[in-house]
Amino acid sequence: MVNNIKKVIKNKAMILILLVLLFIISFFLSVGNGAVKISPAEIVKSIFFKDNNTNYQIIWNVRLPRTLVAALVGVCLSLSGVILQGIMKNPLAGPNIIGVSSGAGLFALIILILFPQYYYLVPMGAFCGALFATLIIYILAWKGGAQPTRLVLAGVAVSSLFSAGTNALMTFFPDRVQGVLNFMVGGLSAVTWEDFKMIVPYTILGLCLVIFLPNKLNILMLGDEMATGLGLNVEKTRFLFIILSSLLAGSAVSVVGLLGFVGLIVPHIGRVIIGSDHRFLFPGIILLGSSTVMLCDTLARTLFAPVEIPVGIIMSVLGGPFFLYLLKLRGENS
Amino acid sequence: MIALETQDININYGDKSILKKVNIEIQSGKIVTIIGPNGSGKSTLLKAISGYLKPLSGQINLNGVNIKSLKKKEIAKKMAVLPQIKDVPSDITVENLVSYGRYPHLSFRKRFSNKDKSIVQWAIEKTGLKEYKDRYINTLSGGERQRAWIAMALAQKPKIVLLDEPTTYLDISYQLEVLEIVKELNVNLNLTVVMVLHDLNQAARYSDYIYVLNEGRVYSHGKPENIIKADLLKNIFKIQAHIYEDKINKCPYFIPHKIV
Repeated sequence: MVNNIKKVIKNKAMILILLVLLFIISFFLSVGNGAVKISPAEIVKSIFFKDNNTNYQIIWNVRLPRTLVAALVGVCLSLSGVILQGIMKNPLAGPNIIGVSSGAGLFALIILILFPQYYYLVPMGAFCGALFATLIIYILAWKGGAQPTRLVLAGVAVSSLFSAGTNALMTFFPDRVQGVLNFMVGGLSAVTWEDFKMIVPYTILGLCLVIFLPNKLNILMLGDEMATGLGLNVEKTRFLFIILSSLLAGSAVSVVGLLGFVGLIVPHIGRVIIGSDHRFLFPGIILLGSSTVMLCDTLARTLFAPVEIPVGIIMSVLGGPFFLYLLKLRGENS
Repeated sequence: MIALETQDININYGDKSILKKVNIEIQSGKIVTIIGPNGSGKSTLLKAISGYLKPLSGQINLNGVNIKSLKKKEIAKKMAVLPQIKDVPSDITVENLVSYGRYPHLSFRKRFSNKDKSIVQWAIEKTGLKEYKDRYINTLSGGERQRAWIAMALAQKPKIVLLDEPTTYLDISYQLEVLEIVKELNVNLNLTVVMVLHDLNQAARYSDYIYVLNEGRVYSHGKPENIIKADLLKNIFKIQAHIYEDKINKCPYFIPHKIV
């Protein structure tokens, strides 16, 4: 009993070490698999030493950007989800609930369908759409303060409005739907170092804040009144967190399309295996989120090779049942 | 010395006026209880004092300083709050929860130190939770859980503690246990306590001073023996009661007979 707390910390450290291993394995699987198989040793060699053979070219031009973007997307979406589930105290909260997906979707579609000549603005547009939707939801939910319940309800309402816009566009321009399909389901094909550069600043921002913010989120979990009593500015903190999650998820969605499911499911898996103390949960989620997307993307491009399926589909097909299994497990334990 | 006072505070929920020009004064080192029927605004008053609800007009002074001019963390160092409704993640330990009480004392430059650690241990000992400190909160009984919250409040090292119905949902023995601890802390640490209680006999027994709220106004205030009177029980709480004296605890108590 006396050593219990140390045991708890030791257990959590153990889990984090396992997750680091998972991350490393996922990285090598992701870089190593595809039309050409490359061994881990060769991957390491190519990363650290310049070479001119084909494997080097494949790794640096195709595999590495894709794997890294997959990892960063995983980090951003999962962090966004875990933060939102924390501040809304709602297990169903995810980047979708603050309008990230619907906002990004509508703005991206407006560009892709109405102004296809500006297709290169899609990431920017999606990002702006995500932030725009979040702000509208926040303003609508504001009534002397933004209560989580009102945020969730406003989120549902605004999201359905934006989705209606998206569907209307697709109905009016059925001939152009094909081109936007990849964005709608979320996929990592043809990502480049440009995409990496787009998403990396937000990931770094997210990582920095995550180091400083877990205590605030832990306090917020005690309820608004209690958190106020402990000297936390609840409204300011909540607004900060919402904008942060919108930035994180928005940057991910703008690069890979509507891949929102990661943000819902990875935090739940993280909570089950690490617990709800955010000092451990944040690092765990970073590792778990990046590994998940890297692994799912590897499956997406190898499962039915040479046909590639969008990673969003893999994620939902595998994630949905796994999610239900976890819920059942949890129900039996409590 | 006045530890806390409200001056003419008004609070509305929407268009409905909940508190109307409420003035109260809390003497430092006393246990002051706010009583009143359902909907009289007693919990609202406590939420206003804690800074959770902002009054429409009027002001609240903490040691003579308007709390509006104080930083939230500064207030939290002087005054701890235990609301009636609080959430707790199921998988945190008592020690972990109590350590959250140090939050107002920490900042980016001032991380959790050994001093904070020893304050957390002190708070755990003061509330008799030493054997429970590694237990998960959701494995505790209602009374033990309430003690864990009180320990967290103590870890804030406050001068004043606000308790919103600390005995709700507890069995009678746990109710007394919680109130005994509150009394003990008041006596030993000279802690000023402001609480809302439903049970009037408990209010009479544990309070130095009582405020009676009715329909958002202060109806009367005074020492328990001057407040627990037949006509007040009849006018405000709508019951006819016989009032006796509890000779052991030296306080009034009553037995209700019927509704009027």
